Amino acid sequence: MQADKWRPSASIEALKQRALVLQKIRQFFAIRDVLEVDTPSLSHATVTDEHLYSFSTQFNHPNTPQACTLYLQTSPEFAMKRLLSAGSGAIYQICKSFRNEEVGNFHNPEFTMLEWYRPRFDHLQLMSEIDELMQLILGCDTAERVTYQNVFKQHLGCDPLTSTLAEIQNLASQYGHAELAAKESNKDTLLMLLFSQHIEPQIGQDRPCFVLDFPASQAALAKISATNPLVAERFELYFQGIELANGFHELTDGAEQLKRFEQDNIKRKNVGLEMMPIDQNFIAAINAGLPACAGVALGIDRLLMLAFNCSSIDQVIAFENSRA
Amino acid sequence: MANFSTNEFKAGLKIMLDGEPCNILENELVKPGKGQAFSRVKIRKLISGKVIEKTFKSGDSVEGADVLDTELAYLYTDGEFWHFMNNETFEQIAADEKAVGENVKWLVENDTCTITLWNGAPIVVQPANFVELEITETDPGLKGDTAGTGGKPATLSSGAVIRVPLFVQTGEVVKVDTRSGEYVSRAQK
Repeated sequence: MQADKWRPSASIEALKQRALVLQKIRQFFAIRDVLEVDTPSLSHATVTDEHLYSFSTQFNHPNTPQACTLYLQTSPEFAMKRLLSAGSGAIYQICKSFRNEEVGNFHNPEFTMLEWYRPRFDHLQLMSEIDELMQLILGCDTAERVTYQNVFKQHLGCDPLTSTLAEIQNLASQYGHAELAAKESNKDTLLMLLFSQHIEPQIGQDRPCFVLDFPASQAALAKISATNPLVAERFELYFQGIELANGFHELTDGAEQLKRFEQDNIKRKNVGLEMMPIDQNFIAAINAGLPACAGVALGIDRLLMLAFNCSSIDQVIAFENSRA
Repeated sequence: MANFSTNEFKAGLKIMLDGEPCNILENELVKPGKGQAFSRVKIRKLISGKVIEKTFKSGDSVEGADVLDTELAYLYTDGEFWHFMNNETFEQIAADEKAVGENVKWLVENDTCTITLWNGAPIVVQPANFVELEITETDPGLKGDTAGTGGKPATLSSGAVIRVPLFVQTGEVVKVDTRSGEYVSRAQK
């Protein structure tokens, strides 16, 4: 086996199909007049989300005595939003994103992301466009839409927005996670556990499924709903047990964004993680006027796993990490 | 015993769960794009043999189990214990009925078995994949019959009952796959 390590982990046939899918995606955006862009992989700042681990490296600038730290981007989001603020109009990007500590059947530390932004769209309009792309690439039926609240009620019989921590702990215990639940005081962590283990495998089996209106506490970079302060205008797309995409009706309030980053860093500090440098260029761009827009990040490798019916990400990328 | 964090989980790692030593069979990362990572682990409980699934929050740690697989030769049984010996150190170990379990029917004197020790005491006795045993009783079959026609039951010297081809007779030694309990061939003399 070791002698075969030089070989690609995907078949050449899969790589040919992969190239065709990428062509189709580019055509999809070309006819919609969405501009392809290319933003840096290396940045001076990075994501503050406590659940994302950036790779970092040292840049030896020839004219500077001390090396400076650069981070490989976990997604091109900040740079793309800076382009939006600078007046780019609708844009998309197909690029490598890098996440440390992620490897498995659905994860590789570097993976291909399709990310796009639509000025003047809200998240609902963007979901319709994603749906069209899914049908084009996967030949699937039109996606269904369900709120986070209803999907929890339907599958686990509980309201994730109004239930107390104790109620969610109790529910997690009933589903076989007694020890984990007993020592977990973060309600969102338990919701994520229940969602990933007991809801995700049930939804989007026959057709893709959008789950929308995530709890406000899991807003990330989404606007909080104007009509219901308990939820954020954030959605995720699932199909056949795979989490495919995450999108937002984007937060355009720079002060609020900065506050969320600072809160992220406090959470990081509380769990013993290093605080991350906040991307001030991104904050400045929002303040300069990020247009009202919706955006989504979609995992291309996972999309290909679905298109080619593969059980491991290794089968759709030329060289998975252990061969890289 | 040391603690192991989820990022050290891999197939073959022995950990303690519910007071029982367990062997990790599979470990799958569950990581939402936005949110907490978990390890979904498939585990075999070594005493009960049960396979269960368990989810850990990434970064959590569990106590390791002092479990060791050792190759020992089977000596004899005194009816209550089954005695095994390390052929290099001549050290002997006795396993009880619970540890030997169903595999008692594949124990052949002087054959090497894998004994799983937990805190030094045997908890599982695993025979070799193939053992050779003498047939003590089987109906006389028709001459000229070949393998693969369904065969007939045969009792082996260890007490195990397997299906053998019709041409194999009482007194012959046969090779058996202990994992499936199936006849493989006549033993090579």
